[in-house]
Amino acid sequence: MILKRPFFWIILVIAALFIYAPLHGNNVSLREDLILVAIAVILTSNLNLMIGYTGYVNFGHIVFYGLGGYIGLYLATVRGWNLLVAAVVAGLAVSLCALLFGLAILRLRGAYFALATIGILQAVQAFVSNFDLWGRSTGMYLSFDAYQPLGGAMRALWITYYLIVAVMALSMILSLAIKNSKFGLGLFAIREDEDAAIVLGVNTTVYKAIVYSVSAFLPAVAGTFMFYKNGMIDPSIAFEFMMSLEGIVMLMLGGQGAVMGAALGGGLYEKLRSYLLTSPTLSNFHLVIAGGLLLLVVLFAPGGLIGWFYRVLPRARKVIE
Amino acid sequence: MNPILEVRGVSKRFGGLLAVSDVSFSLAEGEILGLIGPNGAGKTTLFNIVNGVYGADQGTITFAGKDITGISPDKVVHLGLARTHQIVKPLNDLTLLDNVTVGACFGREYLDLKAARAAALEVLQQVGLGDRASMMARSLTIAGKKRLEVARALAAKPKLLLLDEVLAGLNPTEIAQMIELIRKIRDGGISVFMIEHLMQAIMSLSDRIVVLNLGRKLAEGRPDEVVHNADVVEAYLGFPDIVDKLTRTD
Repeated sequence: MILKRPFFWIILVIAALFIYAPLHGNNVSLREDLILVAIAVILTSNLNLMIGYTGYVNFGHIVFYGLGGYIGLYLATVRGWNLLVAAVVAGLAVSLCALLFGLAILRLRGAYFALATIGILQAVQAFVSNFDLWGRSTGMYLSFDAYQPLGGAMRALWITYYLIVAVMALSMILSLAIKNSKFGLGLFAIREDEDAAIVLGVNTTVYKAIVYSVSAFLPAVAGTFMFYKNGMIDPSIAFEFMMSLEGIVMLMLGGQGAVMGAALGGGLYEKLRSYLLTSPTLSNFHLVIAGGLLLLVVLFAPGGLIGWFYRVLPRARKVIE
Repeated sequence: MNPILEVRGVSKRFGGLLAVSDVSFSLAEGEILGLIGPNGAGKTTLFNIVNGVYGADQGTITFAGKDITGISPDKVVHLGLARTHQIVKPLNDLTLLDNVTVGACFGREYLDLKAARAAALEVLQQVGLGDRASMMARSLTIAGKKRLEVARALAAKPKLLLLDEVLAGLNPTEIAQMIELIRKIRDGGISVFMIEHLMQAIMSLSDRIVVLNLGRKLAEGRPDEVVHNADVVEAYLGFPDIVDKLTRTD
């Protein structure tokens, strides 16, 4: 049972801190910092299901976030749906797309699969850039009225923040639940040796398609909230390939395969990135530093931060999952 | 006794190479059937056809009264036919317990995680790896990895177990332990179909032996019949006086 796992409660404490910290003293700039951290944690946690659990490197993971943003925004503003309903429907729609993509490309392994995921990202971006309903390459903009259902723009910013923190907590709980399930064990078997997994009885085709689809859901929901909060979306922002790549760096940095590893990598890297981007001397170098970090991790700490932590304190494995 | 496995006229071609050609045999319930033959005879290919890794170009495979020709390997396991690999395939970064739990989770009984862990622990004890359950699979020796292969297959609670050279690369003590284990497995009611190069072992273990050469079945029969078969002696054992040596040490 997941309630019996100490880490479940740790996740709730983290989420509570995320909610309490900016609320204390109405610290709006802290809230804006934390929202980016939460988005990074959401993306890396779900990417971890593919890379860390199943061993399939998805270079186009951002497509779920962007497509979710588009569908959710369209439903919530143009169609006037309730934001929460729009987000969930966007999540389900993107999951369904992922299931169909997955059944097609998950026959590929290794580098071929990774290349195909880039292809999907490019294809969806090209489609959306030419889709009239969604404003083609100029995207969609929200008018101020769009925030009326949530009681005005000021309140809407806080509400979307809470919603994104909730999605962050759900992402980590999902990772934790899968890690401790039969489904998760099947995924780990696929990661370690797919041929062996098949011979042991794992229906790898179905498992891979399901995890690919599941890893799409929460990023798409978060995409809806985030782009709603930002008030605009266009194809170059929604489907930014660099963000997909950085997601992989975050995961490697934190430690793939571990729930906390993905979250830690996402959170720390995002903090570092915002610092570098805003620092006058280093702002052009943030990708250089990201590349350097990735190199160091791959060479010296293949298990990432969490792997190093487990080595120092092996017993922590049971608590910090 | 009823045959648990029946292979009829199976052929498999890889491009220009006829790897297995019109092979037929059957395996009775509770029997240990040996499969021998020189390198490249098609033994492992035949295993791969039986458990569904390769589809057969021709012929049928019937397992426990059910036609399993062309069924994928994961479904074959659910029906109760498990196997080990000649080149071991441990799930390296998982513990031995998790490795075997995978077998129990997705095997014939399709246990849930908790029941599978309990079953896995039992099987690990049975193969003598019980004290190493929480070790990572990568840190095992080759003998340990071969035992792990057997344990994972056993955890699936099979009716028929295919063992692909589980004795190769083991030292004499380990071989003796493994032979003992195979006997116990059979006594536990599981039929065994095994590939083995180690003649003394397969002679003493098998009830019957099938000999393959160049993809064709060369002979079939009791071990003592097979080793005295002139074709087998020529194709596999090389020179006739080796038979005397083998029978003497037996």
